[in-house]
Amino acid sequence: MNQHELTSNIPAATSVAMRKGSGMLGGTRLAGGLVAMLVMGAGALGGCISVNAPDKPIVIELNINIRQEVIYRLADDAAGTIQDNPEIF
Amino acid sequence: MRRMSEKKRIGKLGLAAGAVALALAGLAGTALAQRDPAYEAARSGGKVGEKMDGYLGIVGASTPDLDKMVKDINIKRRAVYAQKAQAANATLEEYALTAGCLAISRTAPGEKYQAPDGSWQTRGSGPPQRDSRCP
Repeated sequence: MNQHELTSNIPAATSVAMRKGSGMLGGTRLAGGLVAMLVMGAGALGGCISVNAPDKPIVIELNINIRQEVIYRLADDAAGTIQDNPEIF
Repeated sequence: MRRMSEKKRIGKLGLAAGAVALALAGLAGTALAQRDPAYEAARSGGKVGEKMDGYLGIVGASTPDLDKMVKDINIKRRAVYAQKAQAANATLEEYALTAGCLAISRTAPGEKYQAPDGSWQTRGSGPPQRDSRCP
């Protein structure tokens, strides 16, 4: 369920690759919402529709977020390192 | 008997003096650890610059001496990054990039640094152009 939410909210879900895979997914946001509803309905019926969204763009997005967080976390430590090694900085 | 104790005392004195000398040397070592004059000159002369990735780069034409100096410094930086990154539970690249952000911020006017588009820039009086992820 979570995966479906993720893919329907990011641009990657309406990418060219997706449009090629299924005509229904290629439309507007409204169509995307309809598909999400259909998927949820199918889930309720016990069937399982797997939406194979291209997961690469999602991974990159997350990586950027994590990296910026990491950089902010490391900033103080790195500043100390630079000060402690004046001969090489 | 007396001569023995005299000898002992002298020995102890020598040891203490040695310890003091060692401590002084250590103190001077940390206090005087500054940039090598050649490195300082290369920085202010715009021959080397701070790269985005946390390492030093050669800006213009390279010479064997300059190349050796930059490689030497970068090897030392990498060793420091690796150690600190491990301690901070981060990757070497993450730590180096963070240090690069800060090293670019610390450049003095006239020194070179690498802008996010990869070009070399001369630091002016204002803030440098940095990666959007920099703190």
